[in-house]
Amino acid sequence: MISYIARRLLVAVLLVLIVSVLVFFLMRCLPGDPALIALGDSASQAAIDAYRNRLGLNDPVYVQYWHWISRIVTHWDFGKTVLNEGNVSELIKQRLPNTLSIALPTLAVGVAAGIPLGIVTAIKRGTWTDKALTLLLHSFLGTPRFLVAIFGVLVLSLQLGLIPLQGFTPPWVNFGAYVEKAAWPVLVGSFYIIAVIARHTRSNLVEVMNQDYIRTARANGLSETRIIFGHALKNALIPVVTTIGLEMPAIVGGAVVVETVFNIPGIGQMILAGITDRDYLVVQASVLVISIITIGSNAAVECAYALIDPRIKRSAGQ
Amino acid sequence: MTVASEPRSVRQDGMYRFFKAFFSRGVIVQVCFAVLVIFGLLTVFAGWVAPYPPNQLDLPGVLRAPSLAHWLGQDDLGRDVLSRMIYGGRVSLSVSVLAGSLAAFIGVGLGLVSGYVGGVVNRTIMAATDVVMSVPNLVFSLVLVAILGGGLLNVVLAIALGMTPTYTRMINGLVLSLRENDYIVAGRLIGLGGRAIVLRHLLPNCLPSLTVLYTINLGNAVLVESTLSYLGVGIRPPTASWGSMVSDVYPYLLSAPWLVISPGLCIVLIIISFNVVGDSLRDALDPRLRGKL
Repeated sequence: MISYIARRLLVAVLLVLIVSVLVFFLMRCLPGDPALIALGDSASQAAIDAYRNRLGLNDPVYVQYWHWISRIVTHWDFGKTVLNEGNVSELIKQRLPNTLSIALPTLAVGVAAGIPLGIVTAIKRGTWTDKALTLLLHSFLGTPRFLVAIFGVLVLSLQLGLIPLQGFTPPWVNFGAYVEKAAWPVLVGSFYIIAVIARHTRSNLVEVMNQDYIRTARANGLSETRIIFGHALKNALIPVVTTIGLEMPAIVGGAVVVETVFNIPGIGQMILAGITDRDYLVVQASVLVISIITIGSNAAVECAYALIDPRIKRSAGQ
Repeated sequence: MTVASEPRSVRQDGMYRFFKAFFSRGVIVQVCFAVLVIFGLLTVFAGWVAPYPPNQLDLPGVLRAPSLAHWLGQDDLGRDVLSRMIYGGRVSLSVSVLAGSLAAFIGVGLGLVSGYVGGVVNRTIMAATDVVMSVPNLVFSLVLVAILGGGLLNVVLAIALGMTPTYTRMINGLVLSLRENDYIVAGRLIGLGGRAIVLRHLLPNCLPSLTVLYTINLGNAVLVESTLSYLGVGIRPPTASWGSMVSDVYPYLLSAPWLVISPGLCIVLIIISFNVVGDSLRDALDPRLRGKL
């Protein structure tokens, strides 16, 4: 068991390293000279050379990569922004908690609403309740986050005045204001997650309900409630654990949209600002941080999965 | 004659059963299928159907509400919203079909090779897939568009590359389980080459799942394209796409909400339709799931 977890963590670290290489080299393809972007078109050649030397832009690319990654690993130092030479690590330290204080409640709401919805649609299979809920889930799945957000701004905020228009207060500053301002962004992000988790729960539960041991349980005269909650659900929810882990990329990816629409100073907004400003150091740092979150959550889920389901351990050991 | 016509009748019977299974899931599937057909036709015949050229300015008519002359109103530059919506659909759907097909082509190829060859090739391809999948799809496409620049073909490429791993992973898994079947072993024993086994025996068996994933990914591509355009990095103005139509008029949300509602509704309708049709295809194509989902 421990060797399985150790191996999984090693794979995760390797993945992070490969992603860092990919992101770093992709960013070097970004059009435009960073020195010109920082200093403006009218900068003198001497100033440009001095800037390039200071940021190490004249070194070979692999040397630049080595400097970048070794500073991150040893000091958690992501370098300086191209534009005004601010500290990227400081930016991440300020923004990451904001992103997480939206992302984690989003995941929690997704699980808390998705699993019961999945169970209801599976139990009521074929009825009107099922059809209505399935259509609702389809619309959750099919509506882009920016449209849900805009709808919220238009109806709930501008017409009814129920929710604040924009802005964000971190929970550690003022929890009441945080709940008020974060409620709608969290809901906007969670609709998609609710739908995905509900659909997986439903299909797994339906599959499990067709298995022989459930038929045996029925033949033994167990009530339907006891069959579902005592026997079927345990097995049906195991694959859902993986789904929950796999949704982390969707949540942090969606953060770009949610944070942009609601003007929340998080990592997602930072990526978009970095792209608009052509500040490749900001983009590569924030993409790497987002990848670390997704790879980390996937690894955690797989380890948890191995703990829950003994069959995984056996197949991993073979 | 009867002998020759027999196989065809079996096939026709199969097609009939497929369509029956596909459409028997209820009104919702039929409506969604109709929505896709209508949008498909509008896309093809945009030039005939649209009442005005999509980029024709009419400055006196700026932000005018829907009227008989302009059924869905006029936007911030006086352009006809209905015409832009029809042409925007052409852009959004072209991006979706092109990106979906490109992703399927690359992804299926990689999946077939990695699943059939196995060993180091399999591990390398799947590791690359894991790497791409560990960057959120939207962020990956966003970064690629930033590097490649906006515009239709670059957006297609960025969305396709982000979507490719979904095909690779699915086909790889299918091939790994299919290749142990007796008929594949028998094919190898009678001396069939790798290409024949992969293309004539493995690929056709992957087609049902592939069709479903392709359909659902068409919806996803519309979603990513509209989001990229909304964020201002996708299709370049003045070309209309549904996402950019929403973001262009965002400042006028309160004074002219109809400008957001019509393209927004198109996006939602088309994505839901792709998803519902994809689900029904799965039920119709995979008999094991028929009636369960």
